[in-house]
Amino acid sequence: MTYREALNLALREEMRRDPRVFVMGEEVGLYEGAYKVTQGLLKEFGEKRVVDTPICESGFTGVGVGAAMLGLRPVVEMMTFNFAILALDQIVNTAAKMLYMSGGQYSVPIVVRGPGGPAGQLAAQHSQSMETYFYHVPGLKVVRPSTPADAKGLLKSAIRDDNPVIFIEAETLYAVKGEVPEDPEFTVPLGQAVVRREGTDVTVVAYMGMMYRALEVAGELAGEGISVEVVDPRTLRPMDTRTIVASVRRTHRAVVIEAGAGFAGMGSEIASFITEQAFDDLDAPVERVTGENAPMPYARNLELLKTPSKAKIAAAIRKVCDA
Amino acid sequence: MAQAKTTILLPRLDAALARRLLGRMALIRRFEEKAAEMYALGKIGGFLHLYIGQEAVAVGAISTLRPDDYVVSSYREHGHCLAKGSDPRRVMAELFGRRDGLSKGKGGSMHLFDKSVNFLGGHGIVGAHLPLAAGAGFAVNYQGGDQVVLCFFGDGAVPEGEFHEAMNLVALWNLPVLYICENNRYAMGTAIHRALAQTEIWRFAETYGIPGEAVDGMDVLAVRECVGRAVERARRDKTPALIEARTYRFRGHSMRDPAGAVYRTREEVEREKLREPIALLAARCLKDGVLSEAEVKAVEREAADTVDAAVAFAEASPAPPDEWLLTDVYKD
Repeated sequence: MTYREALNLALREEMRRDPRVFVMGEEVGLYEGAYKVTQGLLKEFGEKRVVDTPICESGFTGVGVGAAMLGLRPVVEMMTFNFAILALDQIVNTAAKMLYMSGGQYSVPIVVRGPGGPAGQLAAQHSQSMETYFYHVPGLKVVRPSTPADAKGLLKSAIRDDNPVIFIEAETLYAVKGEVPEDPEFTVPLGQAVVRREGTDVTVVAYMGMMYRALEVAGELAGEGISVEVVDPRTLRPMDTRTIVASVRRTHRAVVIEAGAGFAGMGSEIASFITEQAFDDLDAPVERVTGENAPMPYARNLELLKTPSKAKIAAAIRKVCDA
Repeated sequence: MAQAKTTILLPRLDAALARRLLGRMALIRRFEEKAAEMYALGKIGGFLHLYIGQEAVAVGAISTLRPDDYVVSSYREHGHCLAKGSDPRRVMAELFGRRDGLSKGKGGSMHLFDKSVNFLGGHGIVGAHLPLAAGAGFAVNYQGGDQVVLCFFGDGAVPEGEFHEAMNLVALWNLPVLYICENNRYAMGTAIHRALAQTEIWRFAETYGIPGEAVDGMDVLAVRECVGRAVERARRDKTPALIEARTYRFRGHSMRDPAGAVYRTREEVEREKLREPIALLAARCLKDGVLSEAEVKAVEREAADTVDAAVAFAEASPAPPDEWLLTDVYKD
C-alpha cells in the first residue's frame, strides 16, 4: 500500500469509528484532494463530514478550532503546509493555548495535516520544512511520519488525541510503498521514536526523505566497515529523547540530519539534548548535516544543492567515526 | 436584505424584565469600576480593558438567549461573561490571578472562559475569534442542535481579514452565528474613519448577502429587540446576521490609557456620557412607572453588594499553586 493510501485508510477507519470526526479543507471533497489523500471520502461520508472550503486558511482553521471546542474532532487539510502560515495565529495563539488559558475547560482535539518539506522544483514558496514553525510551541504536538505504516498508525493516534496535532506529510513520499497493517485497531503511539536500522558505530537521527537518504548511506558505508544505526523520531513534539539517547550511548557517536535550514532547527535541538544527556558517552562532537541557509531555488541543479546530499551525510559520518 | 424589520417578538417592558436588565447593567458597571480601583491598588496586573459605557450591548443582546446558547468575545469581555451568567466572584478572582478564578488564574482579564454557561472565551488577538464563532455554529449544525452563537467584537476587528473570512463562511454555510460589532468609534486610538473605507459597518452584511442592521447600542431595549429578532431567525432557519451596535467607551482603551484623551476631545466624551445607558433605562422605567426610584436604588445597591462580595472572595482565594504552571498544557 502507498503512503497516500495508508493516510486515506486511516481517515476512513477513524471516520467510521467516530461520528465526531470530519474532514475539512480546500479541494478535499469533490476534487478528492489536491494530492488525492481524501479520495473517495465524499462518496462514503457525504458533504456533512467531508467539507470543501473556500481558500481562507485562517478562516477554516478557526472554524475547526471552534468546532473542536464544542466536541467535534476536525481533521483540517492544508493543501500544502506552506499555506499553514496563513493559519499560524489560529494554531499558535488559539488552538495551542486554549486548554491552558481556559484553566483546563476547553480542549481542542484538532488535526491539521498536509504535505510539507522539500518537494520537486516547486521553488521558494512551495518547498520548505514547516515543522520549525510549530514544534517550538507548548500545547502542540508535531508528527512527521516517514513510512506508510507510520502514516496510518500515527494519523489514527493524532485523530484520537485530545490535543491539537500538526501532522506534516511529504509530497515526495505519497507514492512510497510499504507494508501497512489492515487491522483498524492498529495505531502507532505519538512520542515514540523507532530504530530503522541497527548499527554499532554511529547513530544517525533523521526523518522523512532524509531518513531514506540516511538508510542508503548506511548501506553504502557498511561496505567500508562502518556500522550505522538510523533512528527516526517520528514525533518531533513530544520528542522521544530516551530512544535517541539510548542509541547514542551504545554507538558513542551521533549525526543529526535535517532537510530544513540549520539555524535554530530541529537538528540543533536534537544535538543539544544528546550533548546534555550523553556527553560522557560521546567519542566525538555531535555533527549536524542541514539544508543550506537559502530559500529553495527552482533550478534543478541548485535545488539538489539545497538539501543534504548523500555525500555530505557520508562525510559527516566518516568525520565522527575518525575522531 | 439589510435592515428588514419584522414584528417585535419580545414581551413589553415589565417590572421583572426592567429589574433584570438594569441589574445586569449595574452589576457590570460596578464590577468594572471596582476592577479599575483594584488595578490602581496593584491587585490586578497586565492589561485591563473596561466595558464602561457599552453595558447595554452585552446585556440587551445576551438577555435574548437561552442558557444553552453560546457567547464568544474579545479581550473586552468582562461584561459578556457576566451577562452570560458567570459568577462575579470567580470573574474577579480570575482578574486577581487566583486559583478560584474561572480559568484557575491562568487566563486573566483577557481570557475568561466558563464552560458551565457556554461562554467560549475572551480572546486577545483582534479578529481571531470570529472564525472560532463560525466553528461553534458549524458544530451546532453538525450536531443537529438549534443553539445560536453570539460573537462580540469591536470596530477595530472589521479591517481584519478574519472578519471577512468569517462573514463569508457563515453566509456560505448557513451557520447560526450573529456577529455583533460594538462600534465604539475607536480601535484603541484610531478613529473609525481613519481605519475603515466603509464606516457604516452593518453594510458589510450586504456584501455577504446576510441580514445587517445598525442599532442604538446605548438603548438596551433597542438592542434587545434587534438581537432578539435575529436570534429567533437564526434559531428557526440558521440565518446569520451582522449587527452594528453604536456605542461609546467612556474610559480609555485600557488602564494604560486611562483618560483616552489624546485621540478624542473631552467635549466629545462628555457629550456621549449624556446618553449613558444605565441612566437611560432608569429614566425610561421611572417615566413609564415600571419601577419606582426606591426600586432603582435597590437594584443598584444589590449590584454594589455583589461586587463587594466578589472582591472579598477574590482577596480570600489563594494564588494558584506552583505546580499548576505545567498542568493544562496538554490534555492526557
